Amino acid sequence: MTQDVLAKGRNVDRARTLKRFNTMDAAFRGVTFSAAVLVLVLLGGVIVALVEGSLPAWRAFGFGFLTTESWNPVTERFGALAPIYGTVVTSIIALILAVPVGLGIAIFLTELCPAFLRRPIGIAIELLAGIPSIIYGIWGLFVFAPFLQVYVQPALINLFGDIPVLNSLFAGPPYGIGILTASLILAIMILPFITAITRDVFETTPPMLKESAYGLGCTTWEVVYKVVLPFTRVGVIGGVMLGLGRALGETMAVTFVIGNAHRISASILAPGTTISASIANEFTEAVGDLYTSSLIALGLILFIITFIVLAAARYMLMRIERRLGN
Amino acid sequence: MKFISRTMLGGMVAGAMALATIGLAQATDIAGAGATFPYPIYAKWADSYKKETGDSLNYQSIGSGGGIKQIKAKTVTFGASDMPLKAEDLEAAGLIQFPMVMGGVVPVVNLDGIQPGGITLSGEVLSQIFQGKIAAWNDDAIKALNPGVELPSSAIAVVHRSDGSGTTFIFTDYLSKVSPNWKGEVGAATSVQWPVGIGAKGNEGVANNVKQTKGSIGYVEYAYAKQNGLTHAKLLNKDGKAVSPEAPTFQAAAANADWKGTPGFNVILTDEPGADSWPISGATFILMHKKAANPEESAAALKFFAWAYKNGDAAAEELAYVPMPDDVVALVEEAWKQVVGPDGNPVFKGM
Repeated sequence: MTQDVLAKGRNVDRARTLKRFNTMDAAFRGVTFSAAVLVLVLLGGVIVALVEGSLPAWRAFGFGFLTTESWNPVTERFGALAPIYGTVVTSIIALILAVPVGLGIAIFLTELCPAFLRRPIGIAIELLAGIPSIIYGIWGLFVFAPFLQVYVQPALINLFGDIPVLNSLFAGPPYGIGILTASLILAIMILPFITAITRDVFETTPPMLKESAYGLGCTTWEVVYKVVLPFTRVGVIGGVMLGLGRALGETMAVTFVIGNAHRISASILAPGTTISASIANEFTEAVGDLYTSSLIALGLILFIITFIVLAAARYMLMRIERRLGN
Repeated sequence: MKFISRTMLGGMVAGAMALATIGLAQATDIAGAGATFPYPIYAKWADSYKKETGDSLNYQSIGSGGGIKQIKAKTVTFGASDMPLKAEDLEAAGLIQFPMVMGGVVPVVNLDGIQPGGITLSGEVLSQIFQGKIAAWNDDAIKALNPGVELPSSAIAVVHRSDGSGTTFIFTDYLSKVSPNWKGEVGAATSVQWPVGIGAKGNEGVANNVKQTKGSIGYVEYAYAKQNGLTHAKLLNKDGKAVSPEAPTFQAAAANADWKGTPGFNVILTDEPGADSWPISGATFILMHKKAANPEESAAALKFFAWAYKNGDAAAEELAYVPMPDDVVALVEEAWKQVVGPDGNPVFKGM
């Protein structure tokens, strides 16, 4: 009798506990699922808002909006070519400069660096990533641009003055600020992202692989090139893409040092503009619907460019993985 | 769990209380937004006014275009713009507009060995420089205006505003008046398609870039040129006289303006006649709704403006702005009667 009661009580307890676990599980699933859906809803909301806001511009200019350089608030003729060009060119130059340096630092830190230097350099890089972009902008404008203007740009102009093609790429006057300065600042800004991520993935290379390679008589360079890099390829590309993403969308620092001119010049010393710099500069003062709408259309274009870049990166990774699978 | 929710609740209550206090404090604030050109003087007036009356002014210098947008959206009690609206636009939006204070836009240069006022330019030459048609400092057109001045052969680095601004409107309006070519190819607006040069953000951005770049030329509001010790150029005015930018020449330009005969005070003070007139002068304007959504706030704003007209001249002159003449102030105070509350009576009944 008493045993019956006890057994019953135990059963009830177990059922209750199981039920509680089930509800908690369901709640947990619900919370995480809605968090994931929230992202899609937010993204959808942003796209809808951008498309809707930019409709007047597309109606007025059509596809020509993408291929016109004119940006004239007086006559309300707008074209996005100059900001698109500036965005792409500054990001590419920044990547060209930052990727080798970033990889170099990461390789040094993981393979060559004496142990006592590892922490200070690592922390310095993380600090570099933590500096707000407006600080980079101010530093760029007040310190870096005058330095370029006085010492670097005149030298570049003189050096390449007689070489065809290069002399138009480095044509004066040396303003100090312009496409090149913006690219350099961007390179400094994305450097810590590339370095920190590649360093972390380099460290995931199994020591056994490296030791085996060294055992076979490989040099450090060969170990890095033939073992570490192939093993961490996906992560490295991820780091580079994150850097590229930041370079494409960076606003304040670029606004300070790019010169904000809606022009495409052959010279990379000349002022230009990027999509986000144009929006930041002009949005508050954009009087008239078409002007505002054109700026929103610029936003949509940046959104699409970023999407294409990310999609291309995914596709590239997929192909690499498939090839490795075969 | 319990602890977390309690902390969160506490935080929320504290946050709500903070918001409520801010809300209460702002109810007695006068909220305005707009032009950056008059910001220094509005800030100074607001400071003295608060000491005298306890009422504070919250002015956001977001640019003239932003000011026009915000007053139309009714998020502020008054908007401020350096570009006056046309009478029909005012009518359509149900706004009144009045000039608050005047000042001047000055071309500034960075040239070795040239002192302030050491170089003279004409409107036509200025427009060609900003169009890139005159590209070197030793161009014949500049030499002809400056006999005996040593001019370098260096390229001219043009600096302009990158953000839309009333300063740009005043400057390009002047260039449009003196150069048909500029009018046809560029035009006048708070931001334009600049043929050459680099864009810098704000008056301070232009001032800084001109300061840093040898052989550069830019345009800034006079107070910024003065504060930064920049080299201003003299200009030939409509009467063909070379004048320096300073309070008396701004005043001379203002004296010739027809405030009385212009509906909605839509007066632009560029290229005014008169031997002493500085050709790139401008007034800055306040915009308010005729039907006050919140009569008390509108009355408080008008009270502040009346105080500024009466007591603010010395502060304005100190910052190189030009106070409005008394007869214009009388016209403005007459116009204030159009600002009415829901009962149809003017919200401001005088000091």
